[in-house]
Amino acid sequence: MRRNLWRRFGSTFAMGAVYGLTGLALVPLGLVLWFTTAKGLPSVAHMEFFTNAQRPSGIPGGGVANAIVGTAIVVSLASLAAIPIGVLSGIYLAEYGAGRWASWVRLASDVLVGAPSIALGLFAFALVVVPQHHYSAIAASVALSVLMLPVVIRTTEGAVGLIPNGLRESGLALGLPRWRVSLQLILPAAAPGVITGALLAIARAAGETAPVLFTALGNQNLVFDPTRAMSTLPLVVFRDALTPYKDLQQEAWGAALLLMVMVLVINLGSRWVLRRQIRLARQL
Amino acid sequence: MPGAAGTKLEVDSLSFFYGKTRALKDVTFNIPERRITAIIGPSGCGKTTLLRVFNRMYDLVPGARAQGTVLMDGNDIVTTTKLLDLRQKVGMVFQRPSPFPMSIRDNVAFGPRLLGWNKTRVKELVRSSLEAAALWDEVSDRLDEPATSLSGGQQQRLVIARCLAVSPEVILMDEPCSALDPVATLKIEDLMVQLARDYTIVIVTHNMQQAARVSDFTAFMLMNPEGRHGELIEFAPTADLFNAPRDPRTEAYITGRFG
Repeated sequence: MRRNLWRRFGSTFAMGAVYGLTGLALVPLGLVLWFTTAKGLPSVAHMEFFTNAQRPSGIPGGGVANAIVGTAIVVSLASLAAIPIGVLSGIYLAEYGAGRWASWVRLASDVLVGAPSIALGLFAFALVVVPQHHYSAIAASVALSVLMLPVVIRTTEGAVGLIPNGLRESGLALGLPRWRVSLQLILPAAAPGVITGALLAIARAAGETAPVLFTALGNQNLVFDPTRAMSTLPLVVFRDALTPYKDLQQEAWGAALLLMVMVLVINLGSRWVLRRQIRLARQL
Repeated sequence: MPGAAGTKLEVDSLSFFYGKTRALKDVTFNIPERRITAIIGPSGCGKTTLLRVFNRMYDLVPGARAQGTVLMDGNDIVTTTKLLDLRQKVGMVFQRPSPFPMSIRDNVAFGPRLLGWNKTRVKELVRSSLEAAALWDEVSDRLDEPATSLSGGQQQRLVIARCLAVSPEVILMDEPCSALDPVATLKIEDLMVQLARDYTIVIVTHNMQQAARVSDFTAFMLMNPEGRHGELIEFAPTADLFNAPRDPRTEAYITGRFG
């Protein structure tokens, strides 16, 4: 009887600890969401925030349109490079990647995932900014594409690996070449998973500050030319937050909120697509 | 029905290895043209391995290699370098129905399209292949629906239609009914008999009744207890093999004493 009581106490204590610590882990997330939303809402409430470029402190009507456009351009260019290369590499690893070369590629992409993003920024600085003698959106895209690449590679590999072998063999049994089976049968079947990976990579790239810091540099004006310096949302947050001016700090909160919502939407979208992939893979 | 028939596949002293492990030893027999040949035997006897030699599907497995010859119309399958031609001529239907994740129409048209055949021909092939696979009447009004919406038995007939669309001469079937219910199984069996008028069919099956029902010839395989490799014990017209087996091991298996 007494042992039973002791056991129950142990169980209750353990369960309590599990729930309590899980709750504790969620506190920072909740606080970040709360603070950013509460502090950012006043900025976002004005339409000019989305339509106007940044203005110096003291001049009303400033917005972050330049940074929204900048983020879109920089991330799009990075995606244009990283997604095709990453998807093809991922297919290679999943479909043909049994040898030593493939294990090196895997190792390299794992190392790249863990690489400090500021190092990628430095890399793009040395590779693009130094020889060209000026900052540019392209340089930032180079840095971000390196950042995105391993994410796309490994998620593509995972999604293609989910496709049952029967599908691959059925394609080959029709007398089709292996590369066509990989690209025209396996890849479409894995598409939702591949898209998930691409979206996650985009979300991650959009939120990065360090790789764009000394590549895109930042720019108060609305520019569309990717060979020029440009601003992105994380850069606005970084630069504005460092100023002593209340109105610019407010702008930083607004940019942070906008960025957070964007990343959240992309992440939720990718989860939705992933769920479709899993359902599809079960049917095959 | 067995009787005068040409030989389609001439298997001569075929051995097979996965790395250093021998999986088949000295298999020799002739598969007749436009007949159904069943390969039966207990699990692990090398039935599927043998089947996968006929379209070189084993090429995907690292370290797998075959020794000996399998002649089809005089050309050796084991050494051929024209793998794509071979697989087009020797189609395969797998145990689990494997519809492609696309519409019913696209499933059938997939092979012909990728082979670059012209549009009118592909369109005709979709219909004729589905008709030949006894599926046309059930799907003619919903060709654009996803293939995964079909029942298991329909999916398996779709896979057969897909295989017919690239104009094969031989159709290999690896336990095509083991995932299906009795009614669907019966339909596939009827279909096999139909198809045997135009195609050479080789079917691997666990199910002796199925072999007895549909096949013209039967090959009985067994794992050699010492070498742990598969061997061909007996090959004969199905009626002879089931009614008057020459080998005592065949008799033991078909009367259910082991396996």
